[in-house]
Amino acid sequence: MPHDLILFYAFAAVAVVSTLLVIAQANPMHSVLLLILSFMALAALYVLLDAPFVAVTQIIVYAGAIMVLFLFVVMLLNTPREDTGDSAATGHDSTSTRAFGALLAALMAIELVWALNTTRRLGGALPGRAGADASWSVSEIGAILFRNYAFAFEATSILILIAMVGAITLAGKHGVDRKSKWPS
Amino acid sequence: MAELNHYLVLSGVLFIIWTVGVLVRRNLITILLSIEVMLNAVNLSFVAFGHFLGSADGQIIVFFVITVAAAEAAVGLAIVIALFRHVESLNPDAFRELKG
Repeated sequence: MPHDLILFYAFAAVAVVSTLLVIAQANPMHSVLLLILSFMALAALYVLLDAPFVAVTQIIVYAGAIMVLFLFVVMLLNTPREDTGDSAATGHDSTSTRAFGALLAALMAIELVWALNTTRRLGGALPGRAGADASWSVSEIGAILFRNYAFAFEATSILILIAMVGAITLAGKHGVDRKSKWPS
Repeated sequence: MAELNHYLVLSGVLFIIWTVGVLVRRNLITILLSIEVMLNAVNLSFVAFGHFLGSADGQIIVFFVITVAAAEAAVGLAIVIALFRHVESLNPDAFRELKG
């Protein structure tokens, strides 16, 4: 068994197990912290795929920025163990909803198995890059990004601006009674 | 040598686990987190396809997806905070009034 296949299986196992643990946690705080492990495993897989730029971006943006945002909100709202489907409080039985959700997920699992089965023979047909272990450097990626995708790049900056304004408007102070004990 | 299909299967497995998370969990933050990371599972397919096609375009799409995911997280969490101010619960069943 070649070493990169061993590495693939090791990191894939870490990713899948940590992902399952994230889903199984009742406390959102533990979910968010376990998720960082999953991101690390995925970043390692990106390195195996000769994509160091994506691996580093994954760690900086996902494990750094987005997870900090989620942790901040979990701590701000401070509600550990909200997940017990308390049917008494809401007057609604969540068991049937869960069963329906699990059924939908199972259906999609079947669909994906079917789709992957049809792509299995595709693998050998792909050309692959000449000089197989040459990974894409940041400068190569940057050249392609600003040459071929300049418009998309600029559009993304506008999107981020809109998201920023939207988030401030949604979570901001106005329109909320000042007696509310939740800080804005 | 790990093949394309290995990565596609892993990506599919992760995607399904996150779908289960969205559909089965009853906590707004965890649901939002799962939606967020479903994008991440798809990113793995993009990078794998890019690698095996010998093209950098897969990585560039991932770059854009990560950017959009960050924007989505900011807006989504702002909505969660705004909802929590009204009902003080993170259980989606508590927001049944939204059905109108």
